[in-house]
Amino acid sequence: MHGLVNRSIQGFVQDNFGRARWVEIAHLAGLEFVEFETMLHYPDRMTLQVIDAITRTFGTPYDTVLEDVGTYLVANPKVQAVRRLLRFGGADFVEFLHSLDELPERARLAVDDLDPPRLELREHSCNMFSLRVDSRYPGCGHVLVGMLRAMADDYGTLVLLEHMGRVQRSELIDITVIETAFADGRAFDLGARAVG
Amino acid sequence: MSAVAIDAGMLDLICPMHLRLSGTGHVTHAGPTAAKLVDRPVAGQRFLELFELIHPRDVRAFADLMTHVGVPLRLRLRCPPATRLKGLLVPQACGGAIVNLSFGISLPDAVGQFGLNSADFALTDLAMEMLFLVEAKSAAMAASRKLNLRLQGAMVEAEEKAFTDTLTGLKNRRAVNHILPRLIAGGGGFSVMQLDLDFFKSVNDTRGHAAGDHVLREVAAILRAETRDSDCVARTGGDEFLLIFAELTDRRRLQDIADRIISRCRVPIPFEGTTCEISASIGIAISDVTDPLTEDRILGDSDLALYASKHAGRGQATLFDPAIHTDAVGV
Repeated sequence: MHGLVNRSIQGFVQDNFGRARWVEIAHLAGLEFVEFETMLHYPDRMTLQVIDAITRTFGTPYDTVLEDVGTYLVANPKVQAVRRLLRFGGADFVEFLHSLDELPERARLAVDDLDPPRLELREHSCNMFSLRVDSRYPGCGHVLVGMLRAMADDYGTLVLLEHMGRVQRSELIDITVIETAFADGRAFDLGARAVG
Repeated sequence: MSAVAIDAGMLDLICPMHLRLSGTGHVTHAGPTAAKLVDRPVAGQRFLELFELIHPRDVRAFADLMTHVGVPLRLRLRCPPATRLKGLLVPQACGGAIVNLSFGISLPDAVGQFGLNSADFALTDLAMEMLFLVEAKSAAMAASRKLNLRLQGAMVEAEEKAFTDTLTGLKNRRAVNHILPRLIAGGGGFSVMQLDLDFFKSVNDTRGHAAGDHVLREVAAILRAETRDSDCVARTGGDEFLLIFAELTDRRRLQDIADRIISRCRVPIPFEGTTCEISASIGIAISDVTDPLTEDRILGDSDLALYASKHAGRGQATLFDPAIHTDAVGV
């Protein structure tokens, strides 16, 4: 698994629960180090061990941990880069949803050795969508649910999101846009640069 | 060339950074994004008073500009922030012209300076993709820089912890400090040979450091050749070497090894067309003579023997003898 993913999970634990908790989890996961490097690759099992250690430490279900990691990626002020790069997808939430089809290409522009999930958006009506997530990694859909929730919030849009389960390598997410101008949302200043 | 009637609203959508100019070179209409370049109404202003032409240079009046149709215009905004722009001029049948502008490579700075957002660019413009790429690249570079800094730190740390002398590939002082206590604790006999190069300083001073380094590597090769793989051969200082022979306390054999090393070191070493001449002085201490047997003591004894070799005229090896050396040097 790409170091960027592992580092994000580390950041999620560290920023939310403190450095000491992360060191404890790294130990529990059997890692022989405490610092993931964003630019390196790690064996997949390490990522699974870390998630497993998080679920055991906090008693949170696996799916919830993944969803929380997704939310953290977008909503945490320390990692502005992901939110900003996603906001380039569209001026409003629905436009952003349509940009998800090209997310793997966008992700590769940013980090060319990343192995992002393949995404396919279906539009059932003007406010009902479903997103198919194809990935080698089971649970990827839950990370996306967390990210979508945070992005909707970012755009000030009220949505209902439901993970519909996994069939073979595909996970399906139902998306219902209830109100596009629900709240003000966060401003997206094109001229500002992401930090960190 | 047949003129096509262009609807102004249509052009605003397709080219939001265009300016429509009259036959006299005055702006009659500005696209919505072009209008944001100057903080006063653009319509009615003279084009060449708003923009400085960097290339082509020979433009004095608007009539000159009208001769540069379809060629790249390089412009600069006359008012702050003096943004550089690319332009393309197309004359109109009615006498005026349309100039379409682009930020070109200034785009990342311009979005901040003019407070632009995605609606300020034509939907088919690649500006948003370029901004995405710039930001993605910057984030990746920042991560890469952090990793490089950490790796550099780790390398320095690893070097500090290393047991190898990077110049000669021999062991270093740290290695000696690691090996000696183990030999002492092990209880078996061993011996320590301390070697200083003679005349090395003059090689360094007269022939330069490259020659000095070459000599050190040649000496290292001699030391390796004259010892067993199980012996420890270390460079412990500039021109100082230390050899540790585990399970070897035979005086005759040690003297033979030392003599062979010295005679080989005396052979002039070729370097860049000439030769470097050095010699070596050696002091030997054997564990069964050292009393008490400690690290400091056996190193001190070999040092005294080495001093005796130098004192006696260099280029020789001396075995430490407690009856002679302790008193003679008064340590």
